[in-house]
Amino acid sequence: MSFTEEQITRYSRHILLPEVGGKGQKKIAQAKVFVVGAGGLGSPVALYLAAAGIGTIGLIDSDVVDLSNLQRQVLHHTPDVGRSKVQSAKEKIFLLNPDVNVETYEDRFTASNAMNYIAPYDVVIDGVDTFPAKFLINDACYFAGKPLVHGGILRFEGRVFSIVPGQSACYRCIFQQPPPPGLVPSCQEAGIIGVVAGIIGTIQATEALKLILGIGDPLTDRILDFDARKTAFREIRTKRNPRCPLCGNHPDVTELFEHEQEACQLQAPGALGIS
Amino acid sequence: MQITINGKPEEVQADTVMDVLKQKDIDPHMVAVELNTQIVERDRLPTTKVQDGDKVEFLFYMGGGA
Repeated sequence: MSFTEEQITRYSRHILLPEVGGKGQKKIAQAKVFVVGAGGLGSPVALYLAAAGIGTIGLIDSDVVDLSNLQRQVLHHTPDVGRSKVQSAKEKIFLLNPDVNVETYEDRFTASNAMNYIAPYDVVIDGVDTFPAKFLINDACYFAGKPLVHGGILRFEGRVFSIVPGQSACYRCIFQQPPPPGLVPSCQEAGIIGVVAGIIGTIQATEALKLILGIGDPLTDRILDFDARKTAFREIRTKRNPRCPLCGNHPDVTELFEHEQEACQLQAPGALGIS
Repeated sequence: MQITINGKPEEVQADTVMDVLKQKDIDPHMVAVELNTQIVERDRLPTTKVQDGDKVEFLFYMGGGA
């Protein structure tokens, strides 16, 4: 493939970087990234990857845009309320960069369709808001051997790390299973400061680009936690867990399944304040 | 005994990782616990010893994204 004059201008600030160059920009243009969830995390991820010139962005989300989403889901604008999120997202991506091929799936990501959905893609992004979905994405990426960039947000905090299956610690190496129902609140119950989605999502996009380009040090075996109240990052070094129920020496998780959806009520605010 | 909790040195009276959790008033179901970069699964919290100078990290669940 070769770039047009217009594309060379569009991507000139990338091409100037010795670590990217024309060769790297071609890798970006040939890459396919699958974003699960076109919401708080999915918005910055999809926008920055689109701006970067990613060849194909796959987006899956079964939701429609709600007015309460607009405080953080920057893919969607006020007139989009009530419209399909993936359709709204596709339009914004096209306006930003018509070079990008956007594949949209107005569907839920489930144990029965997960493997088919991620198969054509090079990198997967977690932009979902339930624990069962986060574990499902982790497991599917492990079985498919796809690099995954995990993201999670709550209140003023966020977490991001990359997973190269079989090589670095996976989500289950750290959290073997979802918390008991009702113990950990969702953003819907506990709130989320909108910008944290932007901060974590842009780091996820950065990691995806680095994985595609093969540059720098990936955020693997390191968990990056961010606290907006302190504007502080905490890096937690980790490693693969030999007792991981998925990628450990004696796995219990040998096929895809969905954990029970957690109950939508909060029992104990508990000791979340620690840090 | 002094250990480092989430990057900060703290004085604790604890024999096991579970003792540290209790002292910090943390429900073990709400966190993943790492001792010196090694994950300690929930069932091993009461039997895993802590020593002076150990580094303990608590990772609370964060399930949001949308």
